[in-house]
Amino acid sequence: MQEMVRLERLTKRFGDVRAVEEVSFSVGRGEVLGFLGPNGAGKSTTMRMLTGYLLPTSGTAKVMGFDVVERAREVKKRIGYLPEGAPLYADMSPLALLRFVGGMRGLEGKELERKIARAIELTSLEEVAHRPIDTLSKGFRRRVGLAQAILHDPPVLVLDEPTDGLDPNQKHEVRKLIKAMSAEKAIIVSTHILEEVDAVCDRAVIIARGRIVADATPEELERRAPNHNAVRVTIDRERAEEAATALRTLNTVREVRRVEEVDGVATLLVLPTNGADIGATVSQLLHARGIRVERFAVERGRLDEVFRALTANAAT
Amino acid sequence: MDVVRTVMRRELAAYFATPLAYVFIVIFLALAGAFTFFVGGFFERGQADLESFFVFHPWLYLFLVPAVAMRLWAEERRTGTIELLLTLPASTFEIVLGKFLAAWIFTGIALALTFPFWIIVNYLGEPDNGVILASYLGSWAIAGAFIAIGACASALTKNQVIAFVLGAAICFLFLMSGVDLVLAAFKPWAPPVVVDIVASFSLLTHFNELMKGVVSAATAVYLVTLVACCLIVNTLIVELEKAA
Repeated sequence: MQEMVRLERLTKRFGDVRAVEEVSFSVGRGEVLGFLGPNGAGKSTTMRMLTGYLLPTSGTAKVMGFDVVERAREVKKRIGYLPEGAPLYADMSPLALLRFVGGMRGLEGKELERKIARAIELTSLEEVAHRPIDTLSKGFRRRVGLAQAILHDPPVLVLDEPTDGLDPNQKHEVRKLIKAMSAEKAIIVSTHILEEVDAVCDRAVIIARGRIVADATPEELERRAPNHNAVRVTIDRERAEEAATALRTLNTVREVRRVEEVDGVATLLVLPTNGADIGATVSQLLHARGIRVERFAVERGRLDEVFRALTANAAT
Repeated sequence: MDVVRTVMRRELAAYFATPLAYVFIVIFLALAGAFTFFVGGFFERGQADLESFFVFHPWLYLFLVPAVAMRLWAEERRTGTIELLLTLPASTFEIVLGKFLAAWIFTGIALALTFPFWIIVNYLGEPDNGVILASYLGSWAIAGAFIAIGACASALTKNQVIAFVLGAAICFLFLMSGVDLVLAAFKPWAPPVVVDIVASFSLLTHFNELMKGVVSAATAVYLVTLVACCLIVNTLIVELEKAA
């Protein structure tokens, strides 16, 4: 995989405030990197340094081999950037804005018109292309921001909360667009919506208080969840205590919790030791004892729990 | 240069996208007319020249030009579009230059719309059109200097009102530095050389030369230097915000 973006010990201080502290990671072609963190963790600041809006206090960042400070113009040519909140010139129409951005990027004539048409089509802006941006809904504005970012078909895309403020259908469309473009590009998407990581990202970097606390695939992160591979079984209430005692004897089982009791049935949550795969074992044990299982489910572990655990640790 | 032109075109379009531009032009023309006829005594003078028209321009510009320049950067900062603008592949200076040119051309348009005065004076008599042309250029140059100063003030803040007040105050100092009122503050303690330097900063002195039809090298160099310095300072202000 060709490396396209590389951050090395990138640091930004505003006076005494350490906004970003020695952040290092890289993104390759064909990769969608989810950049996660609580609000104020330093996501936007990192992206601003990468796109040349802010200068790093120390450390380096390279885009396609060009240093973001020394060769800012070369870097900017190769990046499509959607800033946080998608700021746009409100008095312009989407079409006029795209013409302006295209002009700034050295596009002109037929090529410019062709690229504008393509960006408008990809972001479904046809119906509002001639209306002033300040009359557009939040969803449309966000898509105008996206359209200007992908206008020149850049090899690197940096999108700061691209789905913020969109309704579920629009979110789906934007994620589909990101997925569709990902093969040829390196894409960095910041978000605090965890479902998004599952939906579009190949890798997630989590930062808290300006520092990286995790850099892993979404699956790896899920494995770190306390209830990853936990089994939830619903059985007859009469036999719940018996089942729990039997399950506790298994050495792959760390803990058994009685979580719910309704209408003569009880639900047990069986937590495995070190995230081991215990589904088959639990099922066999219950079957051997002749305990009838009403419902049976293996939990994957939830990203938001991992996220909370990781970012809360960093806060202390 | 493509970038400068693209920025300039967008800025010019932005002026005319709101009624502000038209309001500005109407106020400028109305005030220019009122001063010329009622204060300057255009007819009473009985002379075929436009001195009574041009003489008030620096004072009109003092309030109107900072109003034109105030939105150049402050508005970008307030709405956050500055992040979009500065992450496009252009140098900060190109953007500074593009914005300056747009505002300057805008004041040029307002100034050009005063052409009826020129027609009137040519109809009534035989004025020295060379002097009038020099006066027009001088007037436009003063506007350019004020724009450059106002743009710097605008880059310092996200509040347009602050940008306006600051811009007008600095313009006032440049305009008045040749007047005794200002020089009196320097004379008691500063060596004569310093007093002369302060006096030579005066836009008013240079403008009066231009109004007489005298286009001297000193005046040209002074105006070009002043504008160039302001544009460089403007660039530095924007660059410093990045490193903050």
